[in-house]
Amino acid sequence: MHSHSQFKYWRPFIGPFDPCKPIRVKSFSTPPQLYMNFQPPGLPQFQSPKQALMHGTLWPQLYSPYPDPNKGVEKP
Amino acid sequence: MFYYEKKLQYPVRVSQCNPMLAKFLIEQYGGADGELAAALRYMNQRYSIPDKVIGLLNDIAMEEFSHLEMIATMIYKLTKDATPEMMKAAGLGDHYSIHDNALFYHNASGVPWTAAYIQAKGDPIADLYEDIAAEEKARATYQWIIDLSDDPDLNDGLKFLREREVIHSLRFREAVEILKDEQGKKKIF
Amino acid sequence: MKKQLPPEYYKLLEEIQAIDFVIVELSLYLNTHPHDMEAIKQFNEASHHSMLLKIEFEKQFGPLMNFGKSYSNYPWDVDDSPWPWQV
Repeated sequence: MHSHSQFKYWRPFIGPFDPCKPIRVKSFSTPPQLYMNFQPPGLPQFQSPKQALMHGTLWPQLYSPYPDPNKGVEKP
Repeated sequence: MFYYEKKLQYPVRVSQCNPMLAKFLIEQYGGADGELAAALRYMNQRYSIPDKVIGLLNDIAMEEFSHLEMIATMIYKLTKDATPEMMKAAGLGDHYSIHDNALFYHNASGVPWTAAYIQAKGDPIADLYEDIAAEEKARATYQWIIDLSDDPDLNDGLKFLREREVIHSLRFREAVEILKDEQGKKKIF
Repeated sequence: MKKQLPPEYYKLLEEIQAIDFVIVELSLYLNTHPHDMEAIKQFNEASHHSMLLKIEFEKQFGPLMNFGKSYSNYPWDVDDSPWPWQV
């Protein structure tokens, strides 16, 4: 449904003297508003007001999940 | 003027008795990137922003007050039945010594709210970019509080509030686009 | 005076919260998209639907709004509990 991924991943440099177990892959959220200057009219809406309320928006394409649903899956 | 409707914008539920979460939630009550800051920032910018965009600032400001009420509800539910011992164990001993279980506008570290958290430059582009940044910061703060909480019902409310920041950010970006177009037209006065 | 809150209260309240949410979301959208006729129609329909739901709600559970946007019963009940953070 989304042409842009909702999360981006990167690998911080891991030094030889780091005291704690390194986190090898970090991520950050890139929600839909980053990819549109202007919401186009006529975007599809959630089926019911209750669904819209639950998601926090009327439009599925503007929905930004958190936490990352793909967390734990190793990324390139 | 303002009227009051006796309902929350979203049905807030807290299913776990964990007053420690109140300590983190209060960041969105009286903190730099919280709902009070957002509401007062937009409410105040209303007066100097171009007419095309006043309605948007007014409406978003009002929605932020509704969100402030939701955060207050979460904190209230977590602390209204907390004994002094529970408050101390939750890291809220300092707060209790000043306020008992009353809410107050301070952040997670106890720093009281200040107008230094907000700005109105009078320049609409500066003001709108501040607003966009504020929404992104609020979104991030909700992410970190969601990370700290394992109460699924509370998190539903927090995820709702986070998504609203996403939408607000989009609207402020659109407001910038609207003002850019206006500024491009030749107007002779 | 403490009111009792039956499941019907929560059910009806949630319906109102849902339709009012759509109204707020459309309001923000229309502030930046003033020419979207479909959205304006949807906004007005949702506003009407919200009014009907609230008439029903207030019949059973008393006034929702202050300062004359809702009517009072006797005795004065505009400031009755429960308040939203207590519910």
